[in-house]
Amino acid sequence: MTVNEMLPLAVIASSLLPGMVIFALPEARVGLRSVLNLLGAMSKLVFVILLLEGVARGEVYGFRHTVLPGLDLVFKADALALLFVTLSTVLWLFTTIYAIGYLEGSPHRSRFFGFFSLCVTATVGLAMAGNLFTFFVFYELLTLSTFPLVVHRGTPQAMRGGTVYLAYTLAGGALLLTGIVWLHGLMGQVDFVHGGSVAALGPQATAQIKVVFLLLIAGVGVKAALVPLHGWLPQAMVAPAPVSALLHAVAVVKAGAFGIVRIVYEVYGVEYAQSLGLLKPLAIAAAVTIVWGSLRALTQDDLKKRLAYSTVSQVSYIALGVALFGPVGTIGGLAHLVHQGIMKITLFFAAGNYAETLGVHKVSELDGAGRRMPLTSAAFTIAAFGMIGVAPTAGYVSKWYLGEGALAAGMDWVVAVLWTSSLLNAAYFLPILYRLWFRPPPAAWPAEHIPARGWRETGWLLLAPPLITAAAVLVTGLFAEAGWSPLAWAKLIAAREYLQ
Amino acid sequence: MTEAWLEPAAWLIILPLAWASVAFLAGPGRGARLAILALVAQLGLALELAADLTQRGARMHAVGGWGAPLGIDLMADGLSAVMLLLTQAVALPIAVYAQAYFAETHHRHAATWFWPLAGFLLAAMNALFLSADLFNLYVTLELLGLAAVGLVAVGGGTAQITAALRYLLVSLLASGGYLLGVALLYGAYGTVSMTTLAPLAVGQTPLAVWIAAGLMLVGLLAKTALLPFHFWLPPAHGGAPAPVSALLSALVVKASFYLVLRLALGPFAMMTGTAAGLIGVLGASAILWGAWQALRAQRLKQLVAWSTVAQLGYLFLIFPLLAADGLALQAGALQVVAHGLAKAALFAAAGVLMRATGRDTVEGLAGVAGRVPLTLFAFGLAGVSIMGLPPSAGFLAKWLLIDAALKQGQWGWIVVIIVGSLLAAGYIFRVLRQAFLLAPEDSHFQPVPRRLEWVAFVLAAASVLLGLRGAELVALLGVGS
Repeated sequence: MTVNEMLPLAVIASSLLPGMVIFALPEARVGLRSVLNLLGAMSKLVFVILLLEGVARGEVYGFRHTVLPGLDLVFKADALALLFVTLSTVLWLFTTIYAIGYLEGSPHRSRFFGFFSLCVTATVGLAMAGNLFTFFVFYELLTLSTFPLVVHRGTPQAMRGGTVYLAYTLAGGALLLTGIVWLHGLMGQVDFVHGGSVAALGPQATAQIKVVFLLLIAGVGVKAALVPLHGWLPQAMVAPAPVSALLHAVAVVKAGAFGIVRIVYEVYGVEYAQSLGLLKPLAIAAAVTIVWGSLRALTQDDLKKRLAYSTVSQVSYIALGVALFGPVGTIGGLAHLVHQGIMKITLFFAAGNYAETLGVHKVSELDGAGRRMPLTSAAFTIAAFGMIGVAPTAGYVSKWYLGEGALAAGMDWVVAVLWTSSLLNAAYFLPILYRLWFRPPPAAWPAEHIPARGWRETGWLLLAPPLITAAAVLVTGLFAEAGWSPLAWAKLIAAREYLQ
Repeated sequence: MTEAWLEPAAWLIILPLAWASVAFLAGPGRGARLAILALVAQLGLALELAADLTQRGARMHAVGGWGAPLGIDLMADGLSAVMLLLTQAVALPIAVYAQAYFAETHHRHAATWFWPLAGFLLAAMNALFLSADLFNLYVTLELLGLAAVGLVAVGGGTAQITAALRYLLVSLLASGGYLLGVALLYGAYGTVSMTTLAPLAVGQTPLAVWIAAGLMLVGLLAKTALLPFHFWLPPAHGGAPAPVSALLSALVVKASFYLVLRLALGPFAMMTGTAAGLIGVLGASAILWGAWQALRAQRLKQLVAWSTVAQLGYLFLIFPLLAADGLALQAGALQVVAHGLAKAALFAAAGVLMRATGRDTVEGLAGVAGRVPLTLFAFGLAGVSIMGLPPSAGFLAKWLLIDAALKQGQWGWIVVIIVGSLLAAGYIFRVLRQAFLLAPEDSHFQPVPRRLEWVAFVLAAASVLLGLRGAELVALLGVGS
């Protein structure tokens, strides 16, 4: 086995193995567990950096293992895979730090961190999947490993949320499987290649190909929370805050959106999909989701629920970027995959801090929280401006490219959708910011768990992650033209997808 | 050529007979230790046989140097080797489990009978997988049925005795039907050898042969508990002690299925079209009805037993799909192996959960996740294979089934397969979510030997990890077919 075969496996193993050990650890071994968690996260980061450097040089990383005759487990760490792998690896590190602080003293932490590691294993596996079969394997593993996290608290409410989550995702998995086997029957193994491979089937299979596309997109659309398949996401917000961060920014909804990218670009090929007329319906579905999610977010008083509907809306920017035929839209969609992740994770970290420190769960209880927790609130504010698309945040960059892409593709109505969305985003985020900074704080907080000590408004494990990710929101926006930015990487990918 | 006395096939039958007899005389303590040692050897023999077959192809072995028609021929090909491997691979961990399970004093009585009966059961099963003529198969089938009935009764409770008697009745009637069919075949063709019969029945099929086929198949389907003959299974498998349930659900029902498959591939190859379709429809109904009943079951082991009814249904979907490409056959073999390992794990885990909670209801599981996390993890892993989710062996089986159905344009089966998987997810997660609930105030859990937990885990992990080695299994299956 060569180094180029081993590196992708090392990325997977660096969370799988610590996870397995953590499952076996007694509850009381807090120190060892934290060390294992961080060791896994750091070593994964090192492997990813090696991969990034190699791929930028033009190296090819991959691994193939035959499971059945004509059915291979394939990994390939190409530029697109690394976009997602890097995002989830970096954010996993911060989420782990956050979760260690968040769950301090609560029961069943070995179980929690075990599944947490499995979850990120599934995510990087899915990102590096080299064919539809491998993608499906990790897609389902992701469902299974997130369920125990969603129901972690063991309350009846958590169970309800978990059941809804399973019902949606398993049904979506069934659709995806049907589509994959169908395509497999038509053309054998479906490896992900630049420009796609389905076009080779020729015109007589067009009708079947369209049905398969519908099955595949509906299958991944459940996790991507495309309306009307989004019902599980607001329910799943009963999970602990680090899990929500994972679901919304790092793993689950991203896995769905990433699936759409792979299917359109590397199974069908964007030009063939366009010629079959498949991109327009996808763009419409994404547009409807963007507006609908924002409208529902307006009326939510529960902070995490408002953020959840905001995710429904924002993740579809990625699908929209994919559906805009042309490289500029692609760049916008792919960059947003990263940008939405760092913005949304900041928002969920902050929401978790309000709940954990002050017992505040509702928007209406946030009055004056900015004075009590200025650092958390500053992070929240930056991320919220990003969501609205205010310059110079990361969100501004994505929206700019999406708008340009829409104009280039001749789909002017998309620009109107983007404007509407920005207005709605402002309508549900600005009242929160107003309450945070301009309303007087109440006489007493609902349940103040952590007292303020000097400038430390809460535990430092809870405080550091949102501050770092908020800084990243600014930096990726300000230095979008730098060679190492997500935008630059997205341009690299778009160049490879369209020049084939 | 291996020396005759080293022939692994023969020893796979002799060894369990020997330890069964010794266990009967020496009592459960020493009997259990001997059985475990012997099972390690059996597993080695099965592996050796498989390796030998892969190198040199399918083979015939005449016991004691006397070939048919005077003596007994042992016949081994890829399919037999897969079944033998599965049998030993499940029996060994279950024996380790049973030793700890029966160690408590109030189980002494059950343990006295468990080891001898388990030995005879395994000997009969191994002999069945190695036999190539219909009469020898009858003998092994009858022995297997009697040992299985005895095992259902070892617990000694009223419900168990009732279930055992009902099982006995079905088993005897079924064997009777099978024997009648064999007699008719002998009358028509003058032979009971499968290899000789295979080409005879294909051309013009006389009425007597159709009747024979009907009788034999109905008998075997009843033993495999295919709907509508499934009624005896849930009380028998759900009521027996956990290690017995594991052996019965994972292995015994597969033996009669194996025979149906052999017949369909050999002497009854004429049974295509409507007849095969009918079996498929029965299988489909079993998938849906079994899963539905599992969703409604109040008691944990009943739930797992109904899951067996459903999972056996998948095996019968292959008959309308059997084709030259071998996809359906591979799917069937993978499903047999995947379900064998996973179901043994589920029953082993169920035994732990019942012992930890002191209750046998699904409802009583609330909060058990915190007490026996390893067992619950095992239950979930085995569930992955039962639901047919990747990367398990159960997933590969369902993938191949769907692939086979698509290739032949038989769409209906795909819907059944997918719906069945979702229903399976329903009943598996029903158990898991109950276990994840917060423990009620008044609950008190009993300690459980760690060994019981580990056995459940190892079996479950095997059923999932086997999914990564499907290619090897398919290669072995291809020997001699």
